[in-house]
Amino acid sequence: MRRTLGLTCLFLSTAIFLYAADGAWLHRISHADHDRTSPFGNDPAQLQNAAAAGAQLFQNNCAKCHGSDAMGKYSRPPIISERIAHASDGDLFWLLTNGNPWKGMPPWMMLPAKQRWQLVAYIRSLNLNTPDSSSTSQEKPQ
Amino acid sequence: MPLCLQRSFIARNLWLALLQVLLMGASRLLAQEPPYFVTYSDVLEEPGNLEIATQNIYSTPKDANPFYGQTVELEYGVTGWWTTEFYLQGQTTTHDSTIFTGFRIENRFRPLRSTHWVNPVLYVEYEDINQADKSFLEITGNHVIADQQIANALLRQDVERSIEAKLILSSYFQGINFSENFIAEKNVSNEPWEFGYALGASRSLANGASPRVCRFCRQNFSAGGEVFGGLGTRYTFGFAGTSIYAGPTIAYSTLRNLTITAGPEFGVNDNSARVLWRLKASYEFNQVRDLFRRSR
Repeated sequence: MRRTLGLTCLFLSTAIFLYAADGAWLHRISHADHDRTSPFGNDPAQLQNAAAAGAQLFQNNCAKCHGSDAMGKYSRPPIISERIAHASDGDLFWLLTNGNPWKGMPPWMMLPAKQRWQLVAYIRSLNLNTPDSSSTSQEKPQ
Repeated sequence: MPLCLQRSFIARNLWLALLQVLLMGASRLLAQEPPYFVTYSDVLEEPGNLEIATQNIYSTPKDANPFYGQTVELEYGVTGWWTTEFYLQGQTTTHDSTIFTGFRIENRFRPLRSTHWVNPVLYVEYEDINQADKSFLEITGNHVIADQQIANALLRQDVERSIEAKLILSSYFQGINFSENFIAEKNVSNEPWEFGYALGASRSLANGASPRVCRFCRQNFSAGGEVFGGLGTRYTFGFAGTSIYAGPTIAYSTLRNLTITAGPEFGVNDNSARVLWRLKASYEFNQVRDLFRRSR
């Protein structure tokens, strides 16, 4: 009985981990959130300034888990990845706002919205050279 | 107590608290917790992080000896939805004694996996604290400041072991955090349920962050206020016969993992002390669990 229970727990936790590892959070984002755009628009100067501020916020708040080089630490995922490069600004803003607490990512609602958008600008700038980032479809995953 | 002695007592304790702050180490991080002493928000400790905090309180209640209370808190983020915390408490009363008053173990759980317009957190605590406790971490039942007139030696004999539950509700509007706590406490002996509440609101002083590294940017400061008090017992439910405190708070997060929160809390009825002076310093150790991983 105990062995069956143990195996069941192992199976369930593996399933949950695999579900989390495939970017399942992307499927929880509504179309409205996915389509949100950055308040900094496409102005390169504004985006550069926002990314610089986002870099400070990243080092202060995010680097402890994701590494100061944003390449991840242990089981904490990298911020520079194909999945992040393919996510829209709205997706990233949603992730910062809601987090993924059941998988370890806390929500960052305590940061004002503008600071969260600055973080999005920085994360976007980190992923500019990621393979396939130029062909980012920005389409909502089905 | 002569005024000069009172002042030196305050100064000594505040310097001790500041010394503790300065002795803490260094790395980078800003804490994202709102600047509350009593009220809990939906912000939990980041998973794997260990926060050590010292919370100091000083008051000179009318018709009672001035006291200084200290609480040491160890808070650990077990997962993204579960934070556990351990408290050790003690106090010094002038013309009386310095005593250890007890401990608390608490757990907070976030039941929902997304952010909503109201974000609930469930809180469960076990406390083993004697009646001499002067930490004011919450107020439940019919708490009155006149009880502090009794000598520590008598108060410490009455140990209260109780289970406490809180419903924490937190929401955000225009960057302002609003948090409401509803407290229910039951002594494990045959005493009635006691109730209390705490309400808080706060926000960061800056909407956007600065692109340069700065120590005293507005983004490093947050300000707010809180109100807390008792709601009587199951048989005496209400605002009467219990104390109520309200006051502003301000927090400063350094670039070295350290957050300092300070503020006075004013008693708003005759059952309360005139003012509680509070100073809290918390330091966060990042990803403590990485120290125990095999491959580093």
